[in-house]
Amino acid sequence: MKPILSAPFSRDDTGVSAIMRKVLLALTPATVIGLLLFGWPALFLFVVTVGSALLWEALCLLLAGKAVRPTLLDYSALLTGWLVALSLPPWAPWWIGVTGSFIAIVVGKQVYGGLGQNLFNPAMLARVALLVSFPLEMTTWVNPLNAPGWADSWTIAFGGDFAFDSYTGATLLGHLKTEFSQGRGLSAAYASGGYGTLASWFGVTRGSLGETSAIALAGGGLWLLRQKVITWHIPVSLLATVIVLASLFTLIDGERYPGPLFHLGSGALMLVAFFIATDYVTSPSSPLGQLLFGAGCGAIIFLIRTWGAFPEGAGFAVLLMNSLTPVIDHYVRPRIYGRDLKGRPLELEGSQ
Amino acid sequence: MLGILLVCALFALFGLLLGYSAIHFRVEGDPLVEKIDAVLPQTQCGQCGFPGCRPYAEAIAKGEADINRCPPGGEDGVKALAELLGVEAKPLDDAVGGEKPKALAVIDEQKCIGCTLCIQACPVDAILGSAKHMHTVIASECTGCELCVPVCPVDCIAMERVAETLASWKWPQPRSVLP
Amino acid sequence: MLSRFWEFHGGVRLNRHKELSSEQPLAVAPIPKQLIYPLQQRGGLNSKALVAVGDQVLKGQIIAGDDHPLSVPTHAASSGVVTALEYRPVPHPSGLDGLCLVIDTDGLDRAVRTKSVKDFNHSKPDTLRRRIREAGVVGLGGAAFPTATKMNTGNRTIDLLVLNGAECEPYITCDDCLLRTTPDSVLQGAAILMRILGVERCIIAVEEDMPEAAQALEKAKLGGRPPSPPAPSPRFALPDGEGSKGVADATTYSNIEILKVPSKYPTGGEKQLIQVLTGREVPVRGIPADVGVVCQNVGTAAAVYAAVVEGAPLTSRIVTVTGPGVARPQNVVARIGTPIAELVAYCGGYTERAQRLIMGGPMMGLALPSDELPTIKSTNCILVADSDAVGGEKQALPCIRCGACSEACPVNLIPQQLYWHSRSDQLKKAQAYNLFDCIECGCCDYVCPSHIPLVQYFRAAKGRILDKQREQQKADHARLRFEARQARKEREKREKEEAARRKKEALAKAATDESPGRPPPSP
Repeated sequence: MKPILSAPFSRDDTGVSAIMRKVLLALTPATVIGLLLFGWPALFLFVVTVGSALLWEALCLLLAGKAVRPTLLDYSALLTGWLVALSLPPWAPWWIGVTGSFIAIVVGKQVYGGLGQNLFNPAMLARVALLVSFPLEMTTWVNPLNAPGWADSWTIAFGGDFAFDSYTGATLLGHLKTEFSQGRGLSAAYASGGYGTLASWFGVTRGSLGETSAIALAGGGLWLLRQKVITWHIPVSLLATVIVLASLFTLIDGERYPGPLFHLGSGALMLVAFFIATDYVTSPSSPLGQLLFGAGCGAIIFLIRTWGAFPEGAGFAVLLMNSLTPVIDHYVRPRIYGRDLKGRPLELEGSQ
Repeated sequence: MLGILLVCALFALFGLLLGYSAIHFRVEGDPLVEKIDAVLPQTQCGQCGFPGCRPYAEAIAKGEADINRCPPGGEDGVKALAELLGVEAKPLDDAVGGEKPKALAVIDEQKCIGCTLCIQACPVDAILGSAKHMHTVIASECTGCELCVPVCPVDCIAMERVAETLASWKWPQPRSVLP
Repeated sequence: MLSRFWEFHGGVRLNRHKELSSEQPLAVAPIPKQLIYPLQQRGGLNSKALVAVGDQVLKGQIIAGDDHPLSVPTHAASSGVVTALEYRPVPHPSGLDGLCLVIDTDGLDRAVRTKSVKDFNHSKPDTLRRRIREAGVVGLGGAAFPTATKMNTGNRTIDLLVLNGAECEPYITCDDCLLRTTPDSVLQGAAILMRILGVERCIIAVEEDMPEAAQALEKAKLGGRPPSPPAPSPRFALPDGEGSKGVADATTYSNIEILKVPSKYPTGGEKQLIQVLTGREVPVRGIPADVGVVCQNVGTAAAVYAAVVEGAPLTSRIVTVTGPGVARPQNVVARIGTPIAELVAYCGGYTERAQRLIMGGPMMGLALPSDELPTIKSTNCILVADSDAVGGEKQALPCIRCGACSEACPVNLIPQQLYWHSRSDQLKKAQAYNLFDCIECGCCDYVCPSHIPLVQYFRAAKGRILDKQREQQKADHARLRFEARQARKEREKREKEEAARRKKEALAKAATDESPGRPPPSP
C-alpha cells in the first residue's frame, strides 16, 4: 500500500534554492561595481571568503553527520559568505575573510542547528565580531578606482609588505565623525571629505567591498520586492525612520547633522535595509512586527552614526534588533479570522 | 543622608510591590498529589508497586517513588510527570515492565464458571455478573489493567489489543526527512 | 457586472486546469454492476443497515439510516439485490476498512414511487426540511453536513442565503457544469431554501472564471432556457413546458443576485466566501447563521429542488473525473455508490501518466489507496494525478522562516509557529497559537519553499491532542469509578464491622440480661 499522504498534492515551484538564487542575483550589480572599483585585491578577498564559507558549511555538516549535498546546494552558505565578503573592507587580508566566514557559518549558524535556527544574522555577527577583534584591518579603507596590478594585489590579499598609506583614507561617515570631534562643521567636513554625495551614491567612495553603491543595492532590493522575495515592510520602515530622524535633526542644526540624502547614500544602510534586515530567519514574521523591527534598526543606526563611538552602526543595530525578534514575534501577532486582537472569539452584534 | 533615605524608600516600595503581588498573584494551587494523580492514567493496575494510582502519586509527591514506574502511562506519561515536577525525563523502569499497546480484557463466556473473583479484582467495576452466572466485561469501562487475568481460576480472561478503527485513527506525523 | 467585494487575508492563485473537464459535455454514467454504501457517515457517526443480505431493493429505497439528528438516510441508487454487509475499504485517509452495504444491480432500475410537492410555496418550512432530510440531502460541496440540520437555524435572524458556486479548487468543474446545464434547478432550489429560511435575499456566487455558468444563470433567471440542452439524467431533467410543475415563476427570482467573485483559492471556503460577499466574519466556534447567513453549495440547492419538487432522494450527483491520468476527462452524472474503477473506465480508463488517485481536489482532497472504493455523497471529483502531483513526497528542507505560509493563510494564523510546536510535540503551545482554527486548506503547504508537509503536521498534532483529551476523559472516568468502588468497599467494611459489633453487643447484652434471669427480649 502507498504511504499515507496528506493533501495538498500540489506545490508551488518556488523552492529555497530559487529564493536564494534570486537574492544572489540581486546582489550581483553591487558586487560587480565593488569589484570594479576596488580591483584585484577585492576579488581575491571575495573568492576566499565565499569559498571558505562553503568549506566551513561542508565541514560542519560532515561533523554533524548530516547530508552535505542538499544543504550545500541550497545556496544559503554561499549567500552568507557573499554577504560577509560584501561587508569587509575591500583590501582586507585573506585571513579576515576566512575568519569572517568561520564566525558567520560556524558560530552564527551551525552552532544553533543550521539553517533557520539562528538567532542573529550570521553576516552581521561576523562583521561586528571582526570589527571588535581586528579594528585596524577592519577600518582600513582604500580609495576607489585606484587598484594596483596583479602582483601587488596578490601581496595585499595574501600577505607581504605593501605600503597602504597612499591608497587609504576614512569613509565619509568616519571622516565626519573625526571632523565633528575636532569642532569643525558639516560644510568644512564635506569640503575635505574627498568624495561628493552624488559620487558616493554610485559607489565611488571609500567603504566596504560591496556596500558603496547605494544605487545598485537599492536597485537589487527593489527587484527583490517585485519578485516578492521580500516584503516592503522592513526596508520601508527602516529607511523611513532614518529619513525622518535625519531630516528632523538637519532642520535643527544643518551644520551638525547631515541630511537624509547623505545617510541613505553612505555606509551599509542600503545593504542592511534590503538584504540584511530582511533576512527571514532573524526578522519577525508578522507585518506589524517587521515594521517595528525595521524602525528599530533605522533608529539605532541613526543613533550610533550620530552620537556613537563607531562611525557606522548597521551591524550593531541589526544584532540588537535580532535579539528582540522573538519578543516581537511573541507579542505582535496578527488578528486571526473570527477572533479579536487578543485572540478571543469575536462577539456578535446585539448579543451578550 | 538623601541617598540613605532614597534607598530606604526604594526598599519600602519593593516590599510593598512584593506584598501586593503575593496577595494578588497567589497561585491557588492544587496540592501536588492531585496534580500528579491527574497525570496518571488511572488504570489502577498496581504495576508501579503501589495499590492504585493515588498511592503512587502520593509516593512521588513525597519523593519515595521515581516517576518512571507507570507502564500504562508510557514514555508520554513520564514526560508529563517530568514536566510537572521540573525534573529530567527518563526511560521506563525495566523492573515494572515495558509499554504495551492498549488492550481490553475479554472473558471467554464459554469457559467462565461464574466465580466472581475477577469482579472482586476489578478496580473500576467494569465486570458484570453474579455468582454461578457468566460474567462479562463492559468494554467502555475497562482500563486494561490486567488485574483480572491472574485471578481467574479457569484462565478464561484474555487481553485483546484495541484495534484501530475509522473513529480512532489519527494522522501520523509526516515521515520526517529533516535533520 | 462590477461589484465591490471584501477581501480575506492570504489565499493563493492556482493553476486551474479546469479546461480539462469543463469543455466536454455532461455525460451520464451507466448503471454500475455494483453499488457500495459505507455506513460510516461524517464525524464518526454510523448508520444502521435497514436491509439484510439477500433483500431485493428498489431505486430510491432507504437502505440505511439512524435516529441520530445528524444522521441522514441512504437510498439505493438503483434496483438489485443486497449481496453483502461487510468490511471494505472506504474513502478515508487511513485506508482502513469500514462496514459497507453492497448491492448487485439488476440493470432494471426499478424505482419506488415518489411523492412530490407541487407547490412548495404553500408548504411549511418544517415540512420542507423534513422532506429534505428524508431525501438524504447533505452538503455536496465536500463536507456532507446534513442540509436539513443546517437549514434549522434556531432563533437566529437570517437575512441572506448564499449559494456557493465558487469552485476554487483546481480541476473541479462539477458545479460549473451543473450551473451551465440545469441552472433552473439551482434557482428553484434557491427559492425553496429561501422559503425555509424566510429570507428575502439570495446571492449565487460563481467565480469570475466561470462566465458561462453566470450567463446560464442570468438567462434562466429571466425565464429563458439554458444554452445547452437539458441533462439527460432523470434527476437533472427540467420540467417540460411552462410552469408544468407549478413551481416558482420567474418573478420569484428577482431577489436572487448572481455575483462573480475573484478566482482566488480558497474563496469557495464557506467562511471565506461569506467574508468576500458581505464582509461579515464568523466568530471562532460559531456558524455562519450567527452572522445572519446560511451558505449552501449550488449542487445542494439542485438536490433540494429534486427532493422537494420531484420527490427524488439524493442518489446521484455530478462528479468531475479528470486529471492527466484519465483518458477522457469529463463531468458525469454518477450514481452515488458507484465504484471509482467503473467511473474511470467509463471515462476511457487510465493513461500511462496515472500515478495517484485523489477524491476531491488537489488542495484538500483525499489520496485513495485503490479504485475499488465507491463514490460517496460528497465526492465532487475523482482526480487521477500524475507524478507532478505527488509533491508531498518531495524532499523537505529546513524551515527558513520566510513567512510565506503566514502570508498565504486565509485564517491569518502563523503556520511556521504551529509547525515548530507540532513537530516538537509541544501541543499546548500549538494550541496557544490556535491550531484548531486551521481549516487545513493547504495554502501554507502549497507556498512553502522548503516543501514541508505542514498540513499533515497540523492534522497529526490535532489528532494527538484529541487523543490525549479522550484519554484524559477516560482516566477521569476511571478515577471516579475507582473512587466510587473504594467508597463502596469502605462502606461495606464499615457496615460489616457495624453489624459484627451490634451482634457482639447483642450477644453480650443477651448474656448480661440472661444472668439476672429476665426473659429474653422479644424480637
